[in-house]
Amino acid sequence: MTRAQSFPGERPVTPEVVKEHNLNELEYQRIVALLGRTPTLTELGIFSALWSEHCSYKHTKPVLRTFPTDGPQVIQGPGENAGVLRLADGWAVAFKIESHNHPSAVEPYQGAATGVGGILRDVFTMGARPVAVLNSLRFGPLDEARNRYLFAGVVKGVGDYGNCVGVPTLGGEVDFAPGYSGNPLVNAMCVGLLRESDLTLARAQGVGNLLLAMGSRTGRDGIHGASFASEDLSAKSEARRPQVQVGDPFTEKLLLEATLELIEKHLVVAIQDMGAAGLTSSSAEMAARGGVGVELETDKVPIRETGMTPYEIMLSESQERMLVVAEPHQVAAIQAVCEKWELSATPIGRVTDDGLYRILHHGVIVAEIPGQRLIDDVPIYEPEAREDQRAKARRAAIPSGPPRADVRGALLLLLDEPSIASKRWVFEQYDSTVQAATLLGPGGDAGVLRVGNTDFGLAVTVDCNSRLVALDPFEGGKATVAEAARNIACTGALPLGITDCLNFGNPDRPEVFFQFREACRGIAQACRAFNTPVTGGNVSLYNESPSGAIDPTPTVGMVGLLEQLAHRVPSHFQLAGDRILILGRSEGHLGGSAYWAHVRDLVGGHPPPVDLAAELALQQFLVAAARDRLLSSAHDCATGGLAVTLAEAAMGGPYASVGLGAEIDLSSYGIGIVCSTDPVDAALLYGEDQARAVISVDPPRVGDVLTLARRFGVPALLVGTVGDPQGDVIIATPERHYTWAVEALRETYFGAIPRRMKGAGE
Amino acid sequence: MKRVAVVRFPGSNCDFDTLHAARRTGTEAYFVWHRDTNLKSADAVLLPGGFSYGDYLRSGAIARFSPIMPAVQRFAEAGGPVLGICNGFQILCEAGLLPGALMRNDRLTFVSRPVALRVEQTDTAFTNRYHPGDLLLMPVAHGDGRFVADPVTLAELEATGRVVVRYVGLDGQPLDGSINGSLNDIAGIANPEGNVVGLMPHPDRAADPALGNTDGTGFFTSIARWAGVPK
Repeated sequence: MTRAQSFPGERPVTPEVVKEHNLNELEYQRIVALLGRTPTLTELGIFSALWSEHCSYKHTKPVLRTFPTDGPQVIQGPGENAGVLRLADGWAVAFKIESHNHPSAVEPYQGAATGVGGILRDVFTMGARPVAVLNSLRFGPLDEARNRYLFAGVVKGVGDYGNCVGVPTLGGEVDFAPGYSGNPLVNAMCVGLLRESDLTLARAQGVGNLLLAMGSRTGRDGIHGASFASEDLSAKSEARRPQVQVGDPFTEKLLLEATLELIEKHLVVAIQDMGAAGLTSSSAEMAARGGVGVELETDKVPIRETGMTPYEIMLSESQERMLVVAEPHQVAAIQAVCEKWELSATPIGRVTDDGLYRILHHGVIVAEIPGQRLIDDVPIYEPEAREDQRAKARRAAIPSGPPRADVRGALLLLLDEPSIASKRWVFEQYDSTVQAATLLGPGGDAGVLRVGNTDFGLAVTVDCNSRLVALDPFEGGKATVAEAARNIACTGALPLGITDCLNFGNPDRPEVFFQFREACRGIAQACRAFNTPVTGGNVSLYNESPSGAIDPTPTVGMVGLLEQLAHRVPSHFQLAGDRILILGRSEGHLGGSAYWAHVRDLVGGHPPPVDLAAELALQQFLVAAARDRLLSSAHDCATGGLAVTLAEAAMGGPYASVGLGAEIDLSSYGIGIVCSTDPVDAALLYGEDQARAVISVDPPRVGDVLTLARRFGVPALLVGTVGDPQGDVIIATPERHYTWAVEALRETYFGAIPRRMKGAGE
Repeated sequence: MKRVAVVRFPGSNCDFDTLHAARRTGTEAYFVWHRDTNLKSADAVLLPGGFSYGDYLRSGAIARFSPIMPAVQRFAEAGGPVLGICNGFQILCEAGLLPGALMRNDRLTFVSRPVALRVEQTDTAFTNRYHPGDLLLMPVAHGDGRFVADPVTLAELEATGRVVVRYVGLDGQPLDGSINGSLNDIAGIANPEGNVVGLMPHPDRAADPALGNTDGTGFFTSIARWAGVPK
């Protein structure tokens, strides 16, 4: 039996105290049985943190185990701070996505900033230099002042942190829907590059080795952040504001440089970020991975406030701290590196051989827990999953009432929707060119950067279509991975693998767990089909506010390999006279479309089915065509359908001075579309059939493109020609001609968000 | 081969970009740490972009007091070529090596985007490879880039041809609106001798053929052709 004494003045552990720690009766009984006694408050705090959903995945593990995680490209799958995939010439990519939803809901600026900080540390702790950040953001509609405040604060927080550290933001997505009012989502992804030989794992090893606290001092901020992230948001969440941590990007930059220098000089055995649940999770997880015990002396931890208790020190989530495991004779060398970077590294404990997780404070044992069981014995739940009747009804619904616009007007309406409109207002606040490696920045299908000094590149994207997931979690899960892969392939890169950030509501509700299980099944199936394994990620549950659960949002971050820098393909039309082709077929599928949502006021219908074989063929074709230098541009066809895709390609990149016209004849495309709810042309222009892209091609190469498409079994149809600068976008159908001046489209598309944000965030 | 010192502050984040850009143009570029006190026989000094010491107070305000700065100051005063890019420009203004100041952007938000610049002055240590009127495309990325100076200084800068690069539209015409609210759309200036130059845009990010833009290369190749301070 283990032994531990209460810290003087500490509250006794009563049923109320247990409840405050978000532990249920079953969990508490298991703790008592495991210890053979009543836990001390420090021990209860440790269990509470490590057995929170955020750290333990107790509701989701069985489902997460169904993800494919293997492949010849996988160097490190789930279970470490970040996944690692092999690139070429000894280079590898480490990447991970994580949520910071709850803190951002109460303190948008710091919540978002520290979200970026945490994910950067997860990547550089692997020995990888961060080379890109991306983010996926969700807010309620911008006509509410509170949502504008959250949006502006989050964007500024993301920007200020990443800009200072000096990591370019290469992409992201922002979506606005009523389901996120009161519970915004802030998912940050970091991508790092490393030499395979520098890979460092967070495994404590070597009895007698020392544990060092490195970086910022420990304060009282963020205590119980992990538990906070594992409960619903409510009116009392405002009182959680003191639990939101405060970020210091300058210290992060120092920590980054010092960590990479320590790894490069082989001075450390293991290193891990003190992220969620701070010192507790970093030490317990490193010990469990290494199969050793650890002993920490909390009185040795550098603190920034007096009178901190071991409980507070163990659970603080003060930012910009790392825990290092090192051989005793390396301590002086480690401290010299830290001194160079104006940081401290202080021995606070050691690796032991008794397998116990022991905390001492001035020599008194305040916690002693069998280390492996602390991690492994968390109860695993298999919640009930049942689809909501209302979800079935939404899927069966069709629009009623008059449309808000005719077929022509609908395009302007859609381009004015903040979810579809240009996000230039957002990414203009993020440094996207620092590190001087950016080949394709934000505003296209995927970001592309150069790998080191090589001639190959890395493509990165983050995607989720939550409307499709809400209506049909399984097809929506597939569609999310498919869209990410199309985005990567449109740049000419081969999709390699994903990281996921699974944002859902309260898993105790069967309809929520149904969404989770089915979306994961869809993601798993698509990842198997594409050979893009899951390398890790994050689960964020309890995204609920008094108005209900968020739309299910399983965000997928994907990386891909661009074999030659010169193969990269931009998203936008490049040259008047280039021919335009549509890849993939259409049945005019309007269910779940943006057109129904914004023109017919219905979030409903059957989302389009996702044909994974067709998706894979399309991806492979795009990569092959890029390799053969056949494409002037390639743009994924997704939200808003063909008309939005064509308009986006014609309007040009975010800093093009003018757009290009385009003449499109759709008389041979989508033949046989029938539509009972809308004009056939609406189905043709705004249907969101999957596995499609729009490409532009130098006229002499059209023949080669068609031949290559046949070889891959990808339907390809020549439909038109890129027009002159400042020309018209003309789409002809058998019914009629639709004409838009490209400059008018640009004004709508680029002005939509600035118009709504005038005065906010400035 | 010219020896080019790139001063590395703890919060520099364009240090490698600047070093690589300088090396790519055939200089012998190396880092000098902010705690060093000598420039190791430099022929030119580059102050890179970033957030030198976090810049929580005022950009560059603390960096000017760093141990390496007296050496930079002496080097500049002796006619040595010194280029400050972005945060480096802010530091040169704080240190009094260039006039004026760089204030918070007029929109109060960080601005990261490509900009067009018109070369106004080619008789400097860093722009002598360009021609007056050349149009250059390169990124800006800053929160504090609004160049201001008192009316007398501003008039003197313009009258004596010390505005080195100016923000313009992609067509070379005056901007419609502004990038950051800089007076007279000034993007970069020089001291009277032309050996000290500062600019907010990033030539270091536009000097790599592999990325498809080499408009900034001239800032680094100019070093070799600079004969020194005239008179």
